Amino acid sequence: MQRLLASLRRDRRAAMIASLVLGVVLAVLPFVVGGALGNSWLRVLDFALLYIMLALGLNIVVGFAGLLDLGYIAFYAVGAYLYALLASPHFGLHLPVWLIIPAGAVLAGIFGVLLGAPTLRLRGDYLAIVTLGFGEIIRIFLNNLNAPVNITNGPQGISGIDPIRMGGISLARPIDFLGITVPSLHAYYYLFLALALLIVFVSIRLEDSRIGRAWVAIREDEIAAKACGINTRNIKLLAFAMGASFGGVAGGLFAGFQAFVSPESFSLMESVMVLCMVVLGGMGHIPGVILGGILLTVLPEFFRHSAGPLQVTLFGKVLLDPEALRMLLFGLALIAVMLYRPAGLWPSGTRRRELGSDAA
Amino acid sequence: MTVADSVLLEARNVDKRFGGVRALQAVSLTIRTGEIYGLIGPNGAGKTTFFNVLTGLYAPDGGTLLFAGAALAASSPHTAAARGIARTFQNIRLFANMTALENVMVGCHVRTRAGVLGAVLRDRRTRGEEEAIRRRAEELLHYVGIADRAHDLARYLPYGDQRRLEIARALATGPRLLALDEPAAGMNGTEREALRVLIEGIRKDGTTVLLIEHDVKLVMGLCDRVAVLDHGARICEDVPAVVQKDARVIEAYLGPGENVHA
Amino acid sequence: MDIFLQQIINGLVLGSIYALVALGYTMVYGIMGLINFAHGEVVMLGALVALSVVSVLAGSGLPGVVIALLGLAVAALVCMAVGFTIERIAYRPLRKAPRLAPLITAIGVSIVLQNLAMLVWGRNYHAFPPVLPASQHEILGATITSLQLAIIAIAALMMAALVLLIQRTRLGRAMRATAENPAIAQLMGVDIDRIISFTFVIGSALAAVAGLMVSANYSIAHYYMGFILGLKAFTAAVLGGIGNIAGAMIGGILLGLIESLGAGYIGDLTGGFLGSHYQDVFAFFVLICVLVLRPSGLVGEKLAERA
Repeated sequence: MQRLLASLRRDRRAAMIASLVLGVVLAVLPFVVGGALGNSWLRVLDFALLYIMLALGLNIVVGFAGLLDLGYIAFYAVGAYLYALLASPHFGLHLPVWLIIPAGAVLAGIFGVLLGAPTLRLRGDYLAIVTLGFGEIIRIFLNNLNAPVNITNGPQGISGIDPIRMGGISLARPIDFLGITVPSLHAYYYLFLALALLIVFVSIRLEDSRIGRAWVAIREDEIAAKACGINTRNIKLLAFAMGASFGGVAGGLFAGFQAFVSPESFSLMESVMVLCMVVLGGMGHIPGVILGGILLTVLPEFFRHSAGPLQVTLFGKVLLDPEALRMLLFGLALIAVMLYRPAGLWPSGTRRRELGSDAA
Repeated sequence: MTVADSVLLEARNVDKRFGGVRALQAVSLTIRTGEIYGLIGPNGAGKTTFFNVLTGLYAPDGGTLLFAGAALAASSPHTAAARGIARTFQNIRLFANMTALENVMVGCHVRTRAGVLGAVLRDRRTRGEEEAIRRRAEELLHYVGIADRAHDLARYLPYGDQRRLEIARALATGPRLLALDEPAAGMNGTEREALRVLIEGIRKDGTTVLLIEHDVKLVMGLCDRVAVLDHGARICEDVPAVVQKDARVIEAYLGPGENVHA
Repeated sequence: MDIFLQQIINGLVLGSIYALVALGYTMVYGIMGLINFAHGEVVMLGALVALSVVSVLAGSGLPGVVIALLGLAVAALVCMAVGFTIERIAYRPLRKAPRLAPLITAIGVSIVLQNLAMLVWGRNYHAFPPVLPASQHEILGATITSLQLAIIAIAALMMAALVLLIQRTRLGRAMRATAENPAIAQLMGVDIDRIISFTFVIGSALAAVAGLMVSANYSIAHYYMGFILGLKAFTAAVLGGIGNIAGAMIGGILLGLIESLGAGYIGDLTGGFLGSHYQDVFAFFVLICVLVLRPSGLVGEKLAERA
């Protein structure tokens, strides 16, 4: 795999063919998955794309800049609630999606700076607990801001959220496109795919830039980075803002897709999951993080679908609570992967080393 | 040896305390443009503390620092770098998981401008700047003599090359004053000689050098002027020949009542 | 005045429990620099095991205190075994790995323990049988139960014993040496592996005690209780200065007091705008303020950045 990628980098034509193949695969994937596995897996696919966006956002903060953030899901919440409040019967507002999603990115970015600013002097694990605290504070506010003025509708959440509309066409219903009927889940897939690709593109461009190098320098050695003239305060805040804005975009899409948001979706466990995607995939390495996002969305679902039936085949009946069993297996998988590959499944170091020895 | 007369850095009565310890006591010294200036002293004399104050890592508790005629007041490391003071570290601090080339490219950060928008859009100006950064970094690696290791991760470089890389990275910030904290530590004779040539070259190319060093032979052979710190106080500042004969310096190094067998 | 005093008493009880759990976090952090994310789940296991034992023995006719102590003994043994195993399997192989790797295995262990508990005890809340005497005492208009008194006293006793262990014994000295510098401690003949195992075992025993206290005091236990409790205790440890034993105790007590006073008075403070639901916000808010002003916690020493 590594060698294949290295050779792709050298050979332009091979790279073109590879991206063409990848493009075709991504284009027909929803039809294959939907046809072979049904709609529930298609939803999983849509969620995988949302989680990839989240993981790439957190990757900027944790992977590039090395700032351990355990409250990242708050920015997802900001994007989701912004969409919910501006496009639902709750306030009677129905603003268009092309306005809300960018606004969500900007607002989440602002939150990123606001929450990041007080934490700048903190190191490592202190930073983790403070960001965790911020994440919880935002969730608690979402839970309780239904009184005295009802803003978030409390634990019940906000329902009846407008579906995402593109050019007057709602993605919530099947769309006729050149005589082909594109079901709703497929339409969302293509939209999410487009935005996920955009975020991948932005991530790649940022990584290989003056800003990206400054982030990694801070991660590697903050004092040396300062001595190199990097204004670590501003560059860290920039990392928080960029990472958060990706989360804001994903949150807005989530709200439109689900047509419902509630504080429950933004628990600490969600932050932890996104962090696991980043670390398990390979911190700071974009393909690894994407892999982590896909795996950790698909794996629990796989266990969900197999935990019950597997018991029936083995013992003739369901002995153990399938929900507990699936999370148990998931936890074991996390441990096993980290023990086997402590730097993640697909870390960046190996690639670099290989290229380095090629050059030498 | 040409020693220009204009003053580049002037420290006046710089104080630094850690709790009850006075790490620097009214240290005054003057570094002139274009010279190689040595700062020596026994272990714990306050050399590195002075470095950290100079480069903005510590705020001084008293006194002033004038750099190129203007105060270095309440500065932070990145503003010190922006003003033109670059440094290396006693215990090498490289960006271990970046390549040698990338390490030097980070050094160019302070003299370049591209932001997020430029990075994402890669407009012509950003591309030009990136190109210039890369070219400059390659030049500097060549300059310090490790061009062949450009694409190796910094942590895989041998020790001597790591020292050189750190100097290249510091030079990338475009300094007027390059401060080297024990650059020869742990080097063998050949490596030291190569380092001496490199430092001479850096000075010849127009950068003033401040050198902390334990190797007295290297300092005396290389520096135009030398200051000696002992217990946080500057006890002497002069040309090497004078410093070597200074009674206080001898006492500081060898203890009272001993003779020099240098 | 009596409400104030009542909140102080509640805060002390809660704080004693937080402190015991926080010690588990802080000892492991002090020695290995690792957040043992799964520690809260060990508390939960302690609570459920103790509750099960007590439930079985509740009809046996033994005195309540004896039943509770038996429950504690079994819970402590189980927790110590679990703590020992966690370190062996999930942390020891990763000692030289990138810093976040053991954090992920810790999260994995946490998920595993929680769901194991769900498989064994189910999703329901379990009530703690009323075996302990429920006598109440009046102090200056506030009430304190004998259980609450016992909790504060036992917690204080355990902490004193821990301090003695760390300050006065050979083992304690080895622990301090390992915390200071593992490599040097090893050169001096300290068996680091043993010390780390031992630290996990002690922390888990304290967790079992805390688990019993929580379930007895609030008369309830369930598989999900460890998460939030662990989170609060970790907050307390950080508040005091993580890695610092005295810090964990002070942080724990302080957080308990802040929470209970916060819950009691936050309505008045904000003119009724924020209700007692915001008690957690209050705790985190204080934590953030403390850390922003003193980045290494209340008691943690200020580590100068070294160049």
